[in-house]
Amino acid sequence: MSEKVYGLMAEFDSPGALLRAAEKIRSSGYRNWDCFTPFPIHGIDKVMGYRNSLVGWVALAGGAFMFLNIVGLIWFSNAFDYPLIVGGKPMFSPPMTFVPAYIMMIMGGAFGALLGMFGVNQLPRLHHPLLFKKSFEGASRDKFIIVIGANDEKFCATETKNLLASIGGANIEIVEDQE
Amino acid sequence: MSELANIEELKKLAPPAELRRAPVVEGNQGLGWLTDKLSAFAEAKVPLWWWFAFVPAAFAATVIFPVCLFYQVFTGVGAWGNNHPDMWGWDIVNFIWWVGVAHAGTLISALLFLTRQQWRTTIGRMAEAMTVFSVMMAGLYPAIHTGRPWFDWFMFPFPNSNGNWPQFKSPLMWDVFAVNTYLMVSSLFFFMGMIPDFAVLRDRSTTRIRKGIFSILAMGWTGSAWQWHNYEKAYVVLCGLCTLLVFTVSSIVGLDFCTAQLAGWHATIFPLYFVIGAVFCGFGMMLVLLTSLRKLCHLESVITKSHIDKVAKLALVSGLIINYIYLMEIFIAWYSGDPYERWVFGHRFFGQEYWCFGWALILINVCVTQLLWFKKIRSSMVALFVIGLLINCGMWSERFVIVVGSLYQDFLPANWNKYHPTMWDVGLFIGTLGAFFMLYLLFVKFLPVIAISEVKGATPQGDPHHPLGGAQKGGHQ
Repeated sequence: MSEKVYGLMAEFDSPGALLRAAEKIRSSGYRNWDCFTPFPIHGIDKVMGYRNSLVGWVALAGGAFMFLNIVGLIWFSNAFDYPLIVGGKPMFSPPMTFVPAYIMMIMGGAFGALLGMFGVNQLPRLHHPLLFKKSFEGASRDKFIIVIGANDEKFCATETKNLLASIGGANIEIVEDQE
Repeated sequence: MSELANIEELKKLAPPAELRRAPVVEGNQGLGWLTDKLSAFAEAKVPLWWWFAFVPAAFAATVIFPVCLFYQVFTGVGAWGNNHPDMWGWDIVNFIWWVGVAHAGTLISALLFLTRQQWRTTIGRMAEAMTVFSVMMAGLYPAIHTGRPWFDWFMFPFPNSNGNWPQFKSPLMWDVFAVNTYLMVSSLFFFMGMIPDFAVLRDRSTTRIRKGIFSILAMGWTGSAWQWHNYEKAYVVLCGLCTLLVFTVSSIVGLDFCTAQLAGWHATIFPLYFVIGAVFCGFGMMLVLLTSLRKLCHLESVITKSHIDKVAKLALVSGLIINYIYLMEIFIAWYSGDPYERWVFGHRFFGQEYWCFGWALILINVCVTQLLWFKKIRSSMVALFVIGLLINCGMWSERFVIVVGSLYQDFLPANWNKYHPTMWDVGLFIGTLGAFFMLYLLFVKFLPVIAISEVKGATPQGDPHHPLGGAQKGGHQ
């Protein structure tokens, strides 16, 4: 198996330093890079230029789907397929469907949020080149890591390394990926 | 030099000591120390106290519990003390009690997240675990109470060869959906919250087996900005949905009662009554768990006295609402002029049977709760532990008073009958208690008991706009 370069990683000591470094990398025109942090950093979404996450819409779709589904199911089962007379009440009336439909809307929304998050984040994944790096383990502890991908148009082993060093990155290393 | 000047300037701007908020984590030691501290218990050798708690709990869960369960299922509901007119007994009392315990957990982890209370990061995980395990125990009771649990699948709507569908007009049917949804959603929330912490334990693990297990659980989490971006969105959505559940599940349990015509049950206040009662009971359980675990797991600097003080205050608030509802219930019983209502409420406190439960409710839920007004009591861990236990007993007797106290003397005196639990009732309750504590102890020992990543984000070192978090004078652009 041959190994190819996945990217260059650099360590920063504080969330503030990471934010400043990220701003500089962004302004120097890189596109394919990411920050790896032990917890979400306030303000990083703006620096990375992320728009509103899709996950909320997936959750909304899941919730709406389940809500309408249960209303339909109650109509089908209690009024159409096997009409049930209970206390002389109408076979189907929207208010009576509200509680079960509402409860199942919560279920649908929750599954939508979780599965949407998995989908957008591409989880679960069995392999990630960074997870083989011993020095990457700090990213779940107290280190703030920036990785610039080798597939970025501007990527150049020496220049990118110099850039990372100039913005205060420590322990700059090449990350390799198996072909 | 410039950074130092910055800190000095900030110190001048800081509010006076008495107005400052208590820090989320005491000691101000930094992120690495915090990571070590929070994962220490899951990585250390099993301590002796753990075995002393685990063995009896596991005995109750694996011996008493299945024996009572099998005997009951093979014999029928008659093995319990339930008999006409007391068709609901300990099984429903315990069901409501367990659902109640669950509610405070969701309230702490979800509602306090939405209101951006940073102190909830340290206790949120413990609260969520309490929710998941107690809903498991709660869901069991109605499932057995059906009498023929092997027909429980009748309650789920799917096309089957019998051609039967559930009857959706009944609140009892809504309960099936509510409790199942509660279990599913709170488990999802619990699991999703743990993914970044599984990654922490994965990266710290030293043995191959440990690394393998936590790698699978962490599912390849790297903590990239993109992952956090979506994760935070999913977390907010789940918190919103869980908050809806806090107000829904117990309301539906309350509807089971108030749609009945029985005196003592037929009141519009019931859904709210059950929600607040549930939350109050759960805060009691939370006090018991937090005061004991912070000491046993050496987490005094993370679960600080200030956090426990806040939980105690929340318990006090929910307790006061409960007291108001008691007052309203009694007032309405008198004001309605309904002789049956008056009879039931009079007999709750002055009847021949079960009066002691009525007074236990007043003594604990009304009187003992008032102790939480005092700062001295709120800062004593032993006092809070005892009060937490008492609140649980008080809320249990409240449910007993509501369920049995209303059933045993209904409209027709010829129907009246006393209710006494049998050993199978008691055994099953002890079994569920054992199962709850067994699961909880396993959670405490093997899973990240505190949300590591969340706590780190709530410290000054984790705040990019704070000098300790690396902010420079003038801030970043």
